Amino acid sequence: MMPPGTTPGTPPGTILGTVASARAVPSPGATPLISLRGVTKIYGTGDAEVRALRGIDLDIHGGEFVAIMGPSGSGKSTAMNILGFLDKPTGGSYAFGGAEVDDLSRDQLALLRRNFLGFVFQGYNLLARTSALDNVELPLIYQGMARTERRRLAFDALGKVGLKGREDHDPSQLSGGQQQRVAIARAIVTNPDVILADEPTGNLDTSRSHEIMDLLTELNRKDGITILMVTHEPDMAVYADRLIHFVDGRIESDTIPDKAVPHAL
Amino acid sequence: MLYEAVRLALQAILRNMFRSFLTVLGIVIGVAAVIAMVTVGQGSTDQVEADVSTLGTNLLMIRPGQPSQGPGSGVGGTAASLTLKDVEAIEEQIGSVMVATPSNSRAMTVIFGNVNSSTTVTGTDTRFLTARDWPLSIGRAFYESEQRTGSAACILGSTVRQKLFGNSDPLGASIRLKQISCRVIGVLEAKGASSFGTDQDDIVLMPIRAFQRRIAGNQDVSMIYASIRTGVSTDKAKADIERLMRERRRIGAFEEDDFNVFDMKQISSMLTGITSVLTGLLSAVAAVSLLVGGIGIMNIMLVSVTERTREIGIRLAVGATEGQVLLQFLVESIVLSLIGGLIGIVLGLGLGLLGSRLLSIPFSPNPSLVLAAFVFSALVGIVFGFFPARRAARMDPIEALRHQ
Repeated sequence: MMPPGTTPGTPPGTILGTVASARAVPSPGATPLISLRGVTKIYGTGDAEVRALRGIDLDIHGGEFVAIMGPSGSGKSTAMNILGFLDKPTGGSYAFGGAEVDDLSRDQLALLRRNFLGFVFQGYNLLARTSALDNVELPLIYQGMARTERRRLAFDALGKVGLKGREDHDPSQLSGGQQQRVAIARAIVTNPDVILADEPTGNLDTSRSHEIMDLLTELNRKDGITILMVTHEPDMAVYADRLIHFVDGRIESDTIPDKAVPHAL
Repeated sequence: MLYEAVRLALQAILRNMFRSFLTVLGIVIGVAAVIAMVTVGQGSTDQVEADVSTLGTNLLMIRPGQPSQGPGSGVGGTAASLTLKDVEAIEEQIGSVMVATPSNSRAMTVIFGNVNSSTTVTGTDTRFLTARDWPLSIGRAFYESEQRTGSAACILGSTVRQKLFGNSDPLGASIRLKQISCRVIGVLEAKGASSFGTDQDDIVLMPIRAFQRRIAGNQDVSMIYASIRTGVSTDKAKADIERLMRERRRIGAFEEDDFNVFDMKQISSMLTGITSVLTGLLSAVAAVSLLVGGIGIMNIMLVSVTERTREIGIRLAVGATEGQVLLQFLVESIVLSLIGGLIGIVLGLGLGLLGSRLLSIPFSPNPSLVLAAFVFSALVGIVFGFFPARRAARMDPIEALRHQ
């Protein structure tokens, strides 16, 4: 495995250098991979003001599998956007791998996403009329990797998610479950520290959903990738080691999920 | 990265083939118009220059009239005409002049048998052939005696010969000019290309005295051709002739010339000046079409950016920087307008070739213009693609991903 800090797209800089060592300290008690302190997010101003997050404190260590649940409007999506460097908090601070990221520019956040994160969305978000292989290659293009190397890694990633032989298929030629596997391949091709999955099984039937959850669990267990997953299905949440409930922009509970709920593990 | 951007751009352009074609049409028309105009303009300039060199670059012409009237104007109304004595004086007194020859012309109808043709009849002498560097193809020049007595002997231009005689032998035949009958003694070699839009070969030469007495009815010489010795500066010869003519025409020190000495360079620069003004004017119109084409590209790029909002969101989410997204869309608009430019260049050269053939002028494509058109279309892509590309690059990834 290539250390993320050595990928070609990584710029020089102490912040990113520090983050690069994040995976080296997976044990609880050491510096958390992700650390939120008093994070707030306010949309709009005056009467139209919406307080999406009202002070979040959260530590996530490398190698954890965290499920986030909560009713709509509870702030869980906002939290995911902030955790995924897609949005910035209004107040509080966010440290990734021990380094503050609050003052980073748009492009620096893009570099963090590129080198340390992978995204899996409910609606797959694959490029239409673009082959599975090309879709998986996409993050590597932005890292500036050479074409042959890119091809090889994308091939491997598709094999890993069980789509060997479907490299040339367009998303429209693949089932929902297969499309989500392509999306997961795209997320892991850069060998990220964290996968952020926003309702990854939301559009899938039960047996497809369990297949996807098994895949994510395997990535977590075997490759040590930290997984943050938003879901509203308790059946899926039990795959996680840790379950966080959001209500009204606050963390209401932070527990170990009840593994007694039966599921096909 | 740039290679990837070009590949992506071509992909995006080919996916919307028809739309891309319509988008670049403005650029195609603009570039094609500029190239066609300038190519034809350059061709006609070259033609004028070639014509001028067939007249002889070492040729000076002297006409009566105010200099300010320019070489294109007719014989000055009040200025005294030139005379045969002037011709002799110029040839004998100015060392740099090799030969001087008089000329006076009139449009007339020539008749042979039952064929007639309108042409220009020019009264001159044998030195005309030297001054104009115009040899005979058959027959002979005027004898000295014919010139002195003003015999009705004629030398035909090749066009006139062709019209009146076809392939039969014209020598010794009698043609009719007005009331006089004139014996054909020679035929000029074809000068080929027309000069300033007129056929040089459509001419009949006769001795100047015969012309003056029988056709013009006066002793006037409307123009003197003076051929300058090689190696002598035209300007020097011109100044000498001017001094001599002022003396002969008794022009006071503070009076303006009432005659005009000009050389072929002046004529050619005047004519090419007209051509370049026309070319410039038409090119300006074509440039406006390029501007409109650029706006068309900007319009479609804006539509494209909006359509692909979600794609942009995905790219931003997987870690594309603002610069990378900007580059992608900028390259797309540059590639689009370059394709338009290339089609325009090919089309323009094709039209230029066609135009040159129709006007029977040389086809003179200008490589630096082609290069300029190429660069300019790239510039159009950059200028008009920048705003849409920046809009794409500045998108909020969350909003973009939510876009349906």
